[in-house]
Amino acid sequence: MSGAALARAQHQPSVPGCAEAPVLRERGQREVFCGLTGIIWLHRKIQDAFFLIIGSRTCAHLMQSAAGVMIFAEPRFATAIIEERDLAGMADANEELDRVVGQLLARRPEIRLLFLVGSCPSEVIKLDLSRAAARLNTQHSPGVRVLNYSGSGIETTFTQGEDACLAALVPEMRADPAPGLLVVGALAEVVEDQMRRHFDALGIGPVTFLPPRRAADLPGIGPGTRFLLAQPFLAETARLLESRGARRLAAPFPLGAEGTTAWLRAAADAWGIPASRFREVTAVGEQRARTAIARHREQLAGRSIFFFPDSQLEVPLARFLSRELDMQPVEIGTPYLHRQHLAEELALLPTDAALSEGGDVDRQLDRCRAARPDLVVCGLGLANPLEAEGFTTKWSIELVFTPIQGYDQAGDLAELFSRPLHRRTRLKV
Amino acid sequence: MQLAVWTYEGPPHIGAMRVATGMQGLHYVLHAPQGDTYADLLFTMIERRGARPPVTYTTFQARDLGGDTAELFKSAARDAFRRHQPQAMIVGASCTAELIQDDPGGLARALDLPVPVIALELPSYQKKENWGAAETFYRLVRGLCAPPAPRPAGRAPSCNILGPTALGFRHRDDVREISGLLTRMGITINVTAPLGATPADLVRLGEADFNVVLYPEIAAPAAAWLTRTHAQPATKTIPIGLNATREFIAEVAGLAGLDPAPILDAETARSAWYSRSVDSNYLTGKRVFVFGDATHALAAARVATEELGFTLVGLGSYTREYARELREAARAHGIEATISDDYLAVEAAIQAAQPELILGTQMERHTAKRLGVPCAVISAPVHVQDYPARYSPQMGFEGANVLFDTWVHPLMMGLEEHLLGMFREDFEFHADSAPSHLGTAAASAPAVPATLSWSAEAERELGKIPFFVRGKARRNTERYATERGIGTITIEALYDAKAHFAR
Repeated sequence: MSGAALARAQHQPSVPGCAEAPVLRERGQREVFCGLTGIIWLHRKIQDAFFLIIGSRTCAHLMQSAAGVMIFAEPRFATAIIEERDLAGMADANEELDRVVGQLLARRPEIRLLFLVGSCPSEVIKLDLSRAAARLNTQHSPGVRVLNYSGSGIETTFTQGEDACLAALVPEMRADPAPGLLVVGALAEVVEDQMRRHFDALGIGPVTFLPPRRAADLPGIGPGTRFLLAQPFLAETARLLESRGARRLAAPFPLGAEGTTAWLRAAADAWGIPASRFREVTAVGEQRARTAIARHREQLAGRSIFFFPDSQLEVPLARFLSRELDMQPVEIGTPYLHRQHLAEELALLPTDAALSEGGDVDRQLDRCRAARPDLVVCGLGLANPLEAEGFTTKWSIELVFTPIQGYDQAGDLAELFSRPLHRRTRLKV
Repeated sequence: MQLAVWTYEGPPHIGAMRVATGMQGLHYVLHAPQGDTYADLLFTMIERRGARPPVTYTTFQARDLGGDTAELFKSAARDAFRRHQPQAMIVGASCTAELIQDDPGGLARALDLPVPVIALELPSYQKKENWGAAETFYRLVRGLCAPPAPRPAGRAPSCNILGPTALGFRHRDDVREISGLLTRMGITINVTAPLGATPADLVRLGEADFNVVLYPEIAAPAAAWLTRTHAQPATKTIPIGLNATREFIAEVAGLAGLDPAPILDAETARSAWYSRSVDSNYLTGKRVFVFGDATHALAAARVATEELGFTLVGLGSYTREYARELREAARAHGIEATISDDYLAVEAAIQAAQPELILGTQMERHTAKRLGVPCAVISAPVHVQDYPARYSPQMGFEGANVLFDTWVHPLMMGLEEHLLGMFREDFEFHADSAPSHLGTAAASAPAVPATLSWSAEAERELGKIPFFVRGKARRNTERYATERGIGTITIEALYDAKAHFAR
């Protein structure tokens, strides 16, 4: 069934939202990154952490190619490349790993937190990184804490790498029964500071963030903790936080004026903030967001948009674009659809938007070509080929690397989608 | 295990992709986990290709490992053939698939597809990108080239051009430059491969009289096989630089049975005169460090010394296969070659040599930036800016001109250097400043209008805005505040102005 046909089949205007909508599940070639890619932003976020991938030359090559990240002279990540002798048993892989970690820590004495990051090859050869981390902890304690998680492509898709990393941090959080709000998901510092100001103004606190900017500032957790997910891809982290007694505040994600207000309101309600006080605090920001968004509506209203699966941000983005910019999502492809965390989002989606999960890139390209959307959101491997076919595209990776959450970024987020269309009208070549 | 921050070469299957993507009508089925598709963006983003690489990735996941990944490979290969209808296919495994030992070659044979299917064995944990490209090209040539047949007498001499691939450093332009040169010499170009060739073209490689090897790292094994099997001699000279181009012409003329004199008399590079002209005197003895793949590093060392009058203070390569040649060339200049694929070791060698110019790869560009040394890129790995829109070959006469321009451009002009030496205390132009024709980065903070002040909080918030738009944000906010009679800029005013000026 084509995307358009699927959309038609599901068109039921009497039922609001997409919460019960069927999902096209596919499997085939996926044009997505593996979870290692999350290191590209995580290594900038936690300033005294270092990410050591235990992988192949392919992993190292991915890291330097994926985001053009060679802008950093010496990043806080590296790869311990597995070689033939490690596989053939001529060298004990664990001894080799200890040697490489020693070499790394000698070179970077400022490291306080070291993540051993598993990859496809390390998973397949069953190199036990949790045991390696325990062993290295005894060697390098107390100066350096060593944790591990897997960013392998056989287990994680793109942003799930951040989920795995944060999940590795949860057991490290000290028990703290006191009430408090925890915001979960890597955000730009400017966004964190804005949110903190909103919560301060509302009288909600104390507010802490996961991941913290420095490893030593890892927040506490306990039955008093209420947490808000700032990103839609944190299934495992949320599960572990809940297992430590924390409770998730269900909310849409803080994208756009509406999403940000609903997200803040979830906390305000939990803290029993009166509605009038909530309006007082949020009105200015929300209005400012609406003003900034309005300029892009002219360009975007009525335009159709097609999402290839990439970051799991697709559903909240489609909600923002359809409700605040009047765009028409044709197909919303996402690598993984977390029904529970997305419940509030799905309820706000237009009923005629087709959802697809997983993906088979060739078949999805067929549907995209048939639907002829005005804008295609896709990964870097597909963008230029689609442009060459005459489509207007938006690279999805920019949505992960740009501050887009909160009121004062809502206009920037809208611009990310209007700019490619605007550019088309401008160019005379 | 090897600790690596950056790598000069990708894994060998990337080399195979460079061959497949350069060709037409060939499809590559790669047994690989989710995530290995990142390689597509090398071609679509860095090289800005307008089509997806002809590669199907089987995309297995953890849950498939206990099940039937072999069946997954077979269905992916079958679907890929049906959808893309290639003239030939290559099949192989990436690093992870190599560990699960599914034997893509055997599985593909079992499918009994109606086109040639060539199996690649590319050991990911031993070999690297260029080796992978060379092996793939060799397997393709060996697998597809028709049996030797007598070449018809009396026709114009003909050759193949071997080595250029997708994602090669200036391969596209080198092919155009050298094809033009050979054609003007009266030589017919039979096939250029892999770049632009189809599997059907590879079948008729044997019809040429000899082979021109542009990039030995990629074409040497295939060319050696063609020499053995089809009695086709191959060129040894790499035509990078004026002198090497002239030697290349002489070598080719010898193989083609032509007189090289007419073209040597008629053509040259402007770079020779530019280098002799008096303003180039300041280039004399500039200390240069050269690092790259073996072909480009060896050529650059020669051009830098013979054709620009630089002094070679460092020479190295990540291509270990050519270590002997590099050591010999370095010894001729009284230095030790740096043979390493550890960019930190290369950086240390650069620091020790104290060059005034670095000719290297994208990695050395970073090192150069950090050390404050001018740099030009001469070899892969390169970045998007090294695929220029303009014609910019490295080879042939025009290539010699390009090298002159590209290597001299980052340096101070002669007179500028003198003036800096005379007036060292000048606040604006001093030894630490960049050459004046390249612009300077450090701009002083603009004056704040007298009626305005920034609250400390707002100033801090402004500091979080990326530096390349910070100046604009500051100006817009101040304009917004002035127009509204706001005396002190608060965070709120900063964001009000942002919403106001949002495009």
